Amino acid sequence: MIESALRFGHRLLPQLVALTIILLLIWLVFPGFFALEIQNGRLYGSVIDILNRGAPVALLAVGMTVVIATKGIDLSVGAVMAICGAVAAASSVRGDPLTVTLLLAIGTGLVCGVWNGFLVSVLNIQPIIATLVLMVAGRGIAQLVTEGAILTFNDPGLIFIGSGAFAGLPMPVVIWLVFGIAVTLLVRRTALGMLIEAVGINRRASTLSGIQTPLLLMAAYMLSGLCAAIAGLIVTADIKGADANNAGLWLELDAILAVVVGGTSLLGGRFSIIASLAGAMIIQAVNTGILLSGFPPEFNLIIKAAIIVIILVIQSPRVQAGVTFLSRKSVR
Amino acid sequence: MSTADAIACGSPYFTGDLRFPGTLVFMLNNTNDILTAVGIVKTFPGAVALDKVNFSLRRGEVHALLGENGAGKSTLIKCMTGAYRRDAGTLTLDGTEIDPHDTLDAQKLGIGTVYQEVNLLGNLSVAENLFLGRQPRRFGLVQTGEMKKRANALLAQYGININVSAALGSFSVAIQQVVAIARAVDLSGKVLILDEPTASLDAQEVEMLFRIVRDLRARGLGIVFITHFLEQVYDLTDRITVLRNGQLVGTRETASLPRRELVTMMLGHELQSAEKAVAEAESSSGPVQFRFSNYGKAGTIKPFDLDVRKGEVVGIAGLLGSGRTETAELLFGVHKADSGTAEIGGKPANLSSPRAAIAARFGFCPEDRKVDGIIGELSVRENIALALQARRGWARPLSAAEQNALADRYIKALDIRTSDREKPIRLLSGGNQQKAILARWLATNPEFLILDEPTRGIDVGAHAEIIRLIRELCAQGMSLIVISSELEELVAYSSRVLVLRDRAHVAELTGSEITTEHIVNAIAAAPGAGEHP
Repeated sequence: MIESALRFGHRLLPQLVALTIILLLIWLVFPGFFALEIQNGRLYGSVIDILNRGAPVALLAVGMTVVIATKGIDLSVGAVMAICGAVAAASSVRGDPLTVTLLLAIGTGLVCGVWNGFLVSVLNIQPIIATLVLMVAGRGIAQLVTEGAILTFNDPGLIFIGSGAFAGLPMPVVIWLVFGIAVTLLVRRTALGMLIEAVGINRRASTLSGIQTPLLLMAAYMLSGLCAAIAGLIVTADIKGADANNAGLWLELDAILAVVVGGTSLLGGRFSIIASLAGAMIIQAVNTGILLSGFPPEFNLIIKAAIIVIILVIQSPRVQAGVTFLSRKSVR
Repeated sequence: MSTADAIACGSPYFTGDLRFPGTLVFMLNNTNDILTAVGIVKTFPGAVALDKVNFSLRRGEVHALLGENGAGKSTLIKCMTGAYRRDAGTLTLDGTEIDPHDTLDAQKLGIGTVYQEVNLLGNLSVAENLFLGRQPRRFGLVQTGEMKKRANALLAQYGININVSAALGSFSVAIQQVVAIARAVDLSGKVLILDEPTASLDAQEVEMLFRIVRDLRARGLGIVFITHFLEQVYDLTDRITVLRNGQLVGTRETASLPRRELVTMMLGHELQSAEKAVAEAESSSGPVQFRFSNYGKAGTIKPFDLDVRKGEVVGIAGLLGSGRTETAELLFGVHKADSGTAEIGGKPANLSSPRAAIAARFGFCPEDRKVDGIIGELSVRENIALALQARRGWARPLSAAEQNALADRYIKALDIRTSDREKPIRLLSGGNQQKAILARWLATNPEFLILDEPTRGIDVGAHAEIIRLIRELCAQGMSLIVISSELEELVAYSSRVLVLRDRAHVAELTGSEITTEHIVNAIAAAPGAGEHP
């Protein structure tokens, strides 16, 4: 028990160190950063803001981690967010009850996942190409659903998902925390995690060992579609309208980056959802930090890129080996 | 006269100190030596890989470097080719001391290496591979025509006439290996190191390779030859150097070293001689448990009949490409049969996929364990638990304690050598990976186990253990199908031997018919000239 806890801690160490350093740097240039206050029974503050703004990428990162662990990638999640947001908005405008709206949006996400999973696991198309199809087509589909306009709605139930609060925390934060923990428990308390890793490392040997490889791949892409649907609901509910052109735009890249910063290899295999969630928070902390520190906005992307390069260098096998070597020496 | 005196005056009477045969070879300052290594030491954190090892290579000889996995063969090679920096010791090439700092440097000095996995570029043409980095140029542009001409001339020396403009990857491994040798010899030309060149070649290809190696020997090259196949050592080499646990055991003339003694040098203890399985009499009388009638798949393997009894070992022999692996994959459901029926215990069985076969208590250790067997990054524990877990389904996980117990049991029972069960399996040696894959299937408690080349590419000690395991398993009532190109092995444990040729089953040998001679005859028999030897 202690052994596995230690291993878990060791796995998460680079991400936690990076996150801490970034938060401390922001605090240096923006002293009020860690301040929290309660208004109307709800927490407010920059840290809460990071957790809240990071919700879509955090959710996408959960599904993306599992897909990447199978040696795949899902480029379509941004577009799927737009489709699901559009479906939810259209349903709400039509006057459907909230449960129907939610089920429709989530169902749409799962169907998108089935499509990707079919291309990858049954037709054996390379994941990057297979999911590119929906990435390109998805925004067109979303525009067809919204008929080219920004569909606005005012169903308080749907809006609550984007801007409501539960137990003092913004609803998006509650959703990604609960969802992330639930998926982590699902893959780690069952044998799914090990089977997914086996498929990602050696698909043929896994099939020969009796693993239902096509089903697992399908499930991974469906999970990714589900994550995109929930993220799409949050984004849509937050602005009280479905914007087919901009909802989830480029977020697939942020999600992939979150997974990579979280230390899961793009070559598949060993994965950690918690580390990817930490990666998503690192990315959001950088975004928020740059805004708070008052740098001219044109520097944002460059600074973000530089910080990410530093994180990746820290994680590179060579640097890691060097650190291990040095720490062993100092112990002696 | 002391040893030192003997050397000082070059006494012709001093023929060798029997206790240290290896030490002497280098001490006799033989002018015929092209490469000598004296007192090579190489340590890795926590382990001494080479401990004052001496090695000498003469002009115009093929010198076998033998030892079990982990004996230090590769480390010694890497120290000589500059891939590793040695910690101590001297290297002398052609009378001058050398200190290669990388493989390129060693190549320039005259030491070329060809590895088992050809380390050339499969997507470039043969000619480009031969002249990579030294293409004939005019005005800075590569002269493609000139390069092809030279490539053809170079390969002609090896009796090979192929289209040098075609991608290297489109040729067989044997041709790729010859190209690698041609490049290495052309570049270096003094010493050629062949690291398990025959591991993935069939008999004819091996013969072609040997012809080339003998030619090169006649041209005066010193050739170091590493292999696991003892027949090839006796077939080809002039001298043998044996390493064990990073230390030199000795260097001997091949002609005067009995095979038994060689194995003893390698293992440090005598291998029990293979004896004919005794289970044959009882097993061949039991009821047929697995019956495949007219079982086949068009274009893969012609329909065949196969009956297997409980506790029986059925050997399958045949050349590469004769349909051995295809038969195994058909039985295991990797390919779906399009004709015939399968019955288990008299009832029709569904073997349409590996998963279905596993449900019917089948197991399959594939030939290419790196591609089809191991999950490299996963731990030994997870690799062992995998098939059992897959059968239980994802929702019923084996607990950590159960997995640990399972792994510990098989690591102990099969003597899998690993520092701990959490080590990624790719870090284990070939023989131990093979045993871990075997453990994966034994954990599922199979009744019908297919082993495709279970002893390929693993060292002699592990070899003997795998054979011992095969015997034990069939004594426990498991039915085994064993595919092997090592005929002595098949003879040792099979109750029956099926012989394959040209993707068809052509003969079945039983009882006293099972001898290597009969199997070879059946394999070699001309089609139509009587199927039975």
